[in-house]
Amino acid sequence: MPKVTSLEDLHKLRAQLREEVTQRYDVGTTVVVGMGTCGIAAGARETLLALNNELARREMSANVTIDGCIGKCQFEPIVTIHRASASPVMYGHVTADKVPELVDKLAQGQVIQEWVVTQEE
Amino acid sequence: MATKPRTTVLLCNSTGCEASHSRPVYEAMTAELQRRGMETEVRVVTGGCRGFCSMGPVMDIYPGGVFYVKVKPADVAEIVEESLVKGRVLERLCYKDPVSKKIIPIFENIPFYAKQQRIIMSHCGRINPCRIEEYIAFGGYEALAHALLAMKPEDIIRDIKASGLRGRGGAGYPTGRKWESTRKAEGDIKYVVVNGDEGDPGAFVDRSIMEADPHGVLEGLIIGAFAVGAHDGFFYVRDEYPLAVQHLNIALQQAREYGLLGKNILGAGFDFDVKIVRGAGAFVCGESSALMQSLEGKVGEPRPKHVHATDQGLFDRPTCLNNVKTWATIPHIVNNGPEWFRKMGTQDSPGTTVFSLVGKANNTGLVEVPMGISLRDLVYKIGGGLPKGRTFKAVQTGGPSGGCLPADLLDLPVDFDRLTEAGSMMGSGGMVVMDDRTCMVDISRYFLEFLKEESCGKCSTCREGIKRMLEILDRITSGQSQAGDVEMLESLARTVQMASMCGLGKSAPNPVLSTLRYFRQEYEQHITDKFCPAGVCRELVAYRVVAEKCKGCQLCIKACQREAISGSLKQPHMIDQVKCIQCGACFEACRLDAIQVVSKSAIGGNGNGAKAGEAVKEAVA
Repeated sequence: MPKVTSLEDLHKLRAQLREEVTQRYDVGTTVVVGMGTCGIAAGARETLLALNNELARREMSANVTIDGCIGKCQFEPIVTIHRASASPVMYGHVTADKVPELVDKLAQGQVIQEWVVTQEE
Repeated sequence: MATKPRTTVLLCNSTGCEASHSRPVYEAMTAELQRRGMETEVRVVTGGCRGFCSMGPVMDIYPGGVFYVKVKPADVAEIVEESLVKGRVLERLCYKDPVSKKIIPIFENIPFYAKQQRIIMSHCGRINPCRIEEYIAFGGYEALAHALLAMKPEDIIRDIKASGLRGRGGAGYPTGRKWESTRKAEGDIKYVVVNGDEGDPGAFVDRSIMEADPHGVLEGLIIGAFAVGAHDGFFYVRDEYPLAVQHLNIALQQAREYGLLGKNILGAGFDFDVKIVRGAGAFVCGESSALMQSLEGKVGEPRPKHVHATDQGLFDRPTCLNNVKTWATIPHIVNNGPEWFRKMGTQDSPGTTVFSLVGKANNTGLVEVPMGISLRDLVYKIGGGLPKGRTFKAVQTGGPSGGCLPADLLDLPVDFDRLTEAGSMMGSGGMVVMDDRTCMVDISRYFLEFLKEESCGKCSTCREGIKRMLEILDRITSGQSQAGDVEMLESLARTVQMASMCGLGKSAPNPVLSTLRYFRQEYEQHITDKFCPAGVCRELVAYRVVAEKCKGCQLCIKACQREAISGSLKQPHMIDQVKCIQCGACFEACRLDAIQVVSKSAIGGNGNGAKAGEAVKEAVA
């Protein structure tokens, strides 16, 4: 194990280790995948796994979490994005193949209007 | 590529939750995740103590922070299915507020936590104590790096002095001044010591911190060592804390591997290492000078303090000894500055402290609060009041040598000076809530019994005085008191207080003196009326059924282990006074207040008494 011999070393080490505990912080962005029975039937689990992979691949710090059915079953799989500085956006029909585009726009801080189910003002 | 875990499940594995079987929950959780092929998706972390031990085993699910209490292995499959797969909150496992009956899924919103201010315990329960990596990821060792690389020892001492931090071990001596004396003391070999010999019955603050955040204590200790100029340190931990010792050992090992302990720490040219010494569990060894004697391998007895430990302590070298909580506070002060620290608490006692809130409160466990919080807030807002709507009678602070404070002192702000003025003390953080079913004479007898066992015997006042006081209290509680007992008790207490050498002896009469001060009437009832109003001293009480109130529900009959209660349904019941052992189970069971505590002498002459008389005749025949 490399010894920590300076403040930079410590900070570098912390940056590497941070990923492990990041879920225990509020990192500003939370992506919620609807995982009710309707969601799962529509492929939410695949969406969830794809989201995880995509975020990891891009080394983006966002928390991914899940919730149950919210009653808009016809739009499943539903993905809702909560950001610190913006109102939550709910996307419908986000199947696994759409995930790269979603994360793409998320990284740029843009909203994909065509997919929006609701957006709180 | 491997999936990055999307969820973290934090499960407490400190002694409290371990005792309520958190280990099988952990095993069930890992097995269930494996069965579903979700082991890479969900990370299971064993964390330290959350402080809510009465609700253990506790589990947090992140992101989000849903908090489950009293989790059993049988609940695990449902948790995985509902919460980890479907993202639902399992309401039946959430905390239910005993007052509002509301279900509170997120732990920050539970009143027990919401009213707390967690500084010393900020890492406790959030990190895995056995992994230095998590501590570093949460900002650990930043303070050490700052202290070693950017500050001079004098700067650190100046900051600690400016922060106004006072020793959390109980006496409240200014920490900065202690450090300064040690730094200025002559000699090139100096020591720093962590006092982890927490001996108060009912207190488990230091244990939980050592178990849940060993690196926090260690970081504070290294900073202190650098400030006072010590190269050797000791953790003195009682042997009853095996998990704390284990976690500390792991922490030391990991810190050495990362170059945060040992030779040339952080490349700053400072050498420091630590040994863990296990204490044999004598209460007196929590006293600083006795602790040092014990560290030296001698009999743990206090020694006179005209020479301060900061000049001649361990092995007659300058020694700086602080409590676990004090050391754990240091990194926070170095990181945030003394002004930040001064903003919390009171003018003379800044910062926060941790209590172990136990006894007759709805929510028991570890609570960290700013100094100066009122006892009322502690008992009612955080503790959630008393169970079963019982009446508050007293709160005992400071462990066995602390004192009992009555209801009219509930608005007393809790800090070092106010508690001492009121005849109690801060101690190492025990806080026992007592209801109207607690006998104050019996309580002081209980604590004296403990202190009698734990007196080291060096001073005759403490050794003999406590014994004699205990004899008097035994007489009072068994109805054999003599005239002048209270006066004798008071005089003995004052003598022990004055003439004993160490803190243990000086404070040993506190339980007696404080109960005499606030509950003198109860002593007099015991002596003149031969009656214990709380119904605790069995020799002095009898239980009686109030026929007018009794609806004959038979609850008390079911509760009585001695089968001393008779009566048919819907008819007033009777207690057989010969069989009755005054355990009070019927009193607790009755929902109509139809069971009454009376003095032994009061049961002759009424219906119950006549019944008892007959029973005696039967027994004789």
